Amino acid sequence: MLDDFFTRAIIAGVGVALVAGPMGCFIVWRRLAYFGDTLSHAALLGVALAFLFEVNITLAVFGVSACVSIALLLLQKHATLSSDALLGLLAHSALAIGLVVLAFMTWIRMDLMGFLFGDILAVSKTDIAIIWLGGALVLGILAAIWRPLFAATVNHELAQAEGMNPERANVIFMLLMAAVIAMSMKIVGVLLITAMLIIPAAAARRFAPGPEQMALLAAIIGAVSVGGGLFGSLEWDTPAGPSIVVAAVTLFVLSLMPAWSRRASTPPAPQAPVSKIEKGSRS
Amino acid sequence: MLQTTNALVTLDNAGLYRSGRWLVRGVNLSIEAGEIVTLIGPNGSGKSTTAKMALGIHKPDEGEMRRRTGLKVAYVPQKLTVDWTLPLTVERFMRLTGQVSAREADAAMAATGVFHLAGAEVRNLSGGEFQRVMLARAIARKPDLLVLDEPVQGVDFSGEIALYDLIKQVRDEMRFGILLISHDLHVVMAATDRVICLNGHVCCSGTPTTVASSPEYKALFGGRAASTLAVYEHHHDHTHLPDGRVEHEDGSITDHCHPGDGHHHHHHSDQARPHSESDTGRNSDA
Repeated sequence: MLDDFFTRAIIAGVGVALVAGPMGCFIVWRRLAYFGDTLSHAALLGVALAFLFEVNITLAVFGVSACVSIALLLLQKHATLSSDALLGLLAHSALAIGLVVLAFMTWIRMDLMGFLFGDILAVSKTDIAIIWLGGALVLGILAAIWRPLFAATVNHELAQAEGMNPERANVIFMLLMAAVIAMSMKIVGVLLITAMLIIPAAAARRFAPGPEQMALLAAIIGAVSVGGGLFGSLEWDTPAGPSIVVAAVTLFVLSLMPAWSRRASTPPAPQAPVSKIEKGSRS
Repeated sequence: MLQTTNALVTLDNAGLYRSGRWLVRGVNLSIEAGEIVTLIGPNGSGKSTTAKMALGIHKPDEGEMRRRTGLKVAYVPQKLTVDWTLPLTVERFMRLTGQVSAREADAAMAATGVFHLAGAEVRNLSGGEFQRVMLARAIARKPDLLVLDEPVQGVDFSGEIALYDLIKQVRDEMRFGILLISHDLHVVMAATDRVICLNGHVCCSGTPTTVASSPEYKALFGGRAASTLAVYEHHHDHTHLPDGRVEHEDGSITDHCHPGDGHHHHHHSDQARPHSESDTGRNSDA
């Protein structure tokens, strides 16, 4: 069944979504959206280096993203620039260097669009293996550092005082992020990776009573987006990666509908015209 | 002079240097099991900084911090905000840094009066409610050392006294060592075994009585504060009314704890005033 390109695309996409959901929750909670962008921009440098040294692209992207994460941690400690300025600096310098390096290698004809927007319909069995094995590893490690990472997200000093070692959890989380970027680049492309991380998590927020449930829900919403996006792209002949993101955004917009109001304690959203249904169901 | 024998945590001549100045310097402090040590001092005197050194959040730039190996700590920070994006119920917050049995969590929440809020989202709580939740979480953790940075800020006045009673009670029953930072001088003085008065350095320390009568304390807080202790030692000879006035035992109502003391520069109007700081604490800070 793996011989069908569409089946392969779904399996790979769902694999990425299952990992991106929980990771994305932390990105949302910690306000790290721009950090995801930075890592994915830097991924293009990884691609260029992979061609230059003829190594596996996923590995090279992971390496570069990991270096950028560590560089960011070090710069944050010592430099006087603010975090967002540092992120912009790292993102665009890595992107620019990547493009320049690619231009030098005149013997390589590569499809830049494929990296910017992903090429999910071209995933191989090896890609699937990397995504599912790597993804399982990422989720396993995330589960292992969940408590300290979450405690540090709520309050760093509290976590540190109570012996959670948040510094270590942060570094591990950054490396996991690098791994997720490397895995998902081929699916949605450099430009849209952050969307896969953030949108499912954002859509899950209103329905989640707790952090663990939100992570699970984000994974499910991501997987549904992948399915919906791929079928949509088949149906209307649209590019696959962007279609997946559009599907996720659609789910996010649906999640904002006032009819979903979870319980009375959440203040009702501003009444939209649709509220007729809501009034009926609430009693 | 340092009792290193049984101390849970000891600061030995500790100081912290940041951005070109010493935030606090030369702090000697040790806390033993079953002891309440209170840090007092004006704003910016290094109370929270000292607590953070004792907690291991900041490593002292001079001197040293020693703690018993395997020390279990619970911390109630001065400020904690929970973002909207974080779905966090009180019940989940209780288990933030370690597993706590449902029974113990319930008992702690009941003790601080927030049992009914177990299912509520943390970000929807009022300041006083959240403060009680944080205290419940710290107590449920059953630590060796409990560090409380202004644990009753935003709590209403009667709640404040109940929470201080609770703090004393857990100290007695569970033998926690407690490091307390507080502005409520009159409560502190009654509930504490040892007071350390900070102003960038240890300005004086000892039992509440010693400290309150020391010239350094009077210089720092003013003579008015020294009489605070006297007030408290009479115990509840007066009640604070919600509007800030005081009802005395003889039934008379005055603006302040001391009927004869007209020398006050309160700026409170008739409406209820913020209750996190006592009137004495506020005056002395001014």
